Amino acid sequence: MARAEERAAWLFLAPSLVLFLAFTVVPVISAFIISFTEWNLFNAVNFVGFGNYVGLLHDEIFLKVLGNTGYFVLVSVPIQIAIALLCALALNRGVRGQTFFRVVYFLPVVTSTVAAALVWSWLFNSNFGLINAGLSLVGVTDLPKWMGSTKWAMPAVIIVSIWQNLGYAMVLFLAGLQNIHQEVRDAAELDGATGWDRFWTITLPLLSPTMFFVLIISIIGSFQVFELVFVMTKAGPANATNTLVYYIYQNGFQFYQMGYASAAAMILFLIVLVFTLAQYRLQDRWVHYG
Amino acid sequence: MDKTLGDWVVFVLLLAGALLMCGPFAWMISTSFKPGPEVFLYPPTPFTAEPQYENYVRIFSAIPFGRAIANSLIVSASVTILQLIICSLAAYAFACLRFRGREILFLIYLSALMVPSQVTLIPNFILVRTLGWIDTYQGLILPFAFSSFGTFLLRQYLKSIPQELMEAARMDGANHFQIYSTIVLPLAKPALGALAIFTFVAQWNNFLWPLITTTKPEMQVATVALSTLQGQYNTDWPLLMTGSVIAIIPVLLVFAFGNRQFIAGLTSGAFGGR
Repeated sequence: MARAEERAAWLFLAPSLVLFLAFTVVPVISAFIISFTEWNLFNAVNFVGFGNYVGLLHDEIFLKVLGNTGYFVLVSVPIQIAIALLCALALNRGVRGQTFFRVVYFLPVVTSTVAAALVWSWLFNSNFGLINAGLSLVGVTDLPKWMGSTKWAMPAVIIVSIWQNLGYAMVLFLAGLQNIHQEVRDAAELDGATGWDRFWTITLPLLSPTMFFVLIISIIGSFQVFELVFVMTKAGPANATNTLVYYIYQNGFQFYQMGYASAAAMILFLIVLVFTLAQYRLQDRWVHYG
Repeated sequence: MDKTLGDWVVFVLLLAGALLMCGPFAWMISTSFKPGPEVFLYPPTPFTAEPQYENYVRIFSAIPFGRAIANSLIVSASVTILQLIICSLAAYAFACLRFRGREILFLIYLSALMVPSQVTLIPNFILVRTLGWIDTYQGLILPFAFSSFGTFLLRQYLKSIPQELMEAARMDGANHFQIYSTIVLPLAKPALGALAIFTFVAQWNNFLWPLITTTKPEMQVATVALSTLQGQYNTDWPLLMTGSVIAIIPVLLVFAFGNRQFIAGLTSGAFGGR
């Protein structure tokens, strides 16, 4: 009986095992190995040890790419989370049309990033775009050139990223808020806590598991920004918006430097791993469960 | 602050936010009906006085956009169906069967969630290229036919199904496949629905993989076709907006029918892990 169950289990697992091995396990190991080679797909594979990693650390563009990615993450994540939390708190008051608002704020999340980036490119168009028309209407004379300027290109990408992702964080916050029992807040109110006190001493600590989760997935997601850059700026001008994944794409599929691109991918992997493990390790210390 | 006044202020702020969220969609639609030269007027006109549908015809001759939409449908539907089958089979094994190595294998499956897709991108590209699968449907579909996320989501759900139901069926002489297909799958419909919608939307919007594994215009999916369109008609905003509108309609339809399941799937994926 137990033998039969065991055999059945492996039959049920067989299709997933084959695909998992072929498209995840073997590729992860291969990516690690390829990162120690010089290979353009056409010539023989040439092992170079840590050459690619040393090369990356001396590559001015790569260092700029890391800086850009850090800038993108550090600016977009806190703003996105703050707005999402405010929206979730507002919706959680039981305002009229809660479902309507939830769906509307969530629409950009399900929209293709390519399509979203296209319409925002049009909105940000520095000569005929709606945004600059609006800015000049309110009296701004020194209109930003947005994607044409090294200073404003990244803020433009960040704005679109916030617009696209805040609905997801908001929905997670809403689910977290709904897990906080009304009785806890009622009790606090009886004890004389005002709305603001209640938020800091009751709601926010009880929301901390959600907060932590949203923070980590937002950071990990932001490190992987690609489509917005691809459609809006092609990493320009002068690499001002070149980010980690775009750089991997560029080296792998435009310059055919598979080893170099894989080494950059490994660095991305390392960054994501650090944040994922931080989530597991720190969750218990930071987080108050209700 | 007066409670009702506060509620009113919050409502107005949310409404203003909703306008900002919807604005780009409205602008996309409005631009798609404009005659070409009108987009270069200053100040921009919110709505054209002479709406025209020419862009919705022109786009299908400018690039093989009809084919691209069909490709997106084929790929997204195939990936969704395959994931539902393959992930539910695996989830059944993890949730309902006992076998040696179950916990460790599940942990290995789960650990794949930590791997960003860009890490496997290059080796998978080399694999698919070696197999001669560039510009093929199998090359677009098979790498996504299984997901750790889907297996995890379904396994959590199957764990909540009472064991007695399955025991009873086994007493009646049902084998595991019969239990899986006649008892477990029908009970798991809500979770399967959430996974289906989530997978379809994610696949429809997938971009980087189809970008690098297709070279022929007739094998491009909608997102890639849209970026090709951008390359060829980079100032033809009415045409680009028309393409964007068409490319997001199927997803919005799916979302309109299943937004509850979709959000339920996302949040259960988020909170089930703890």
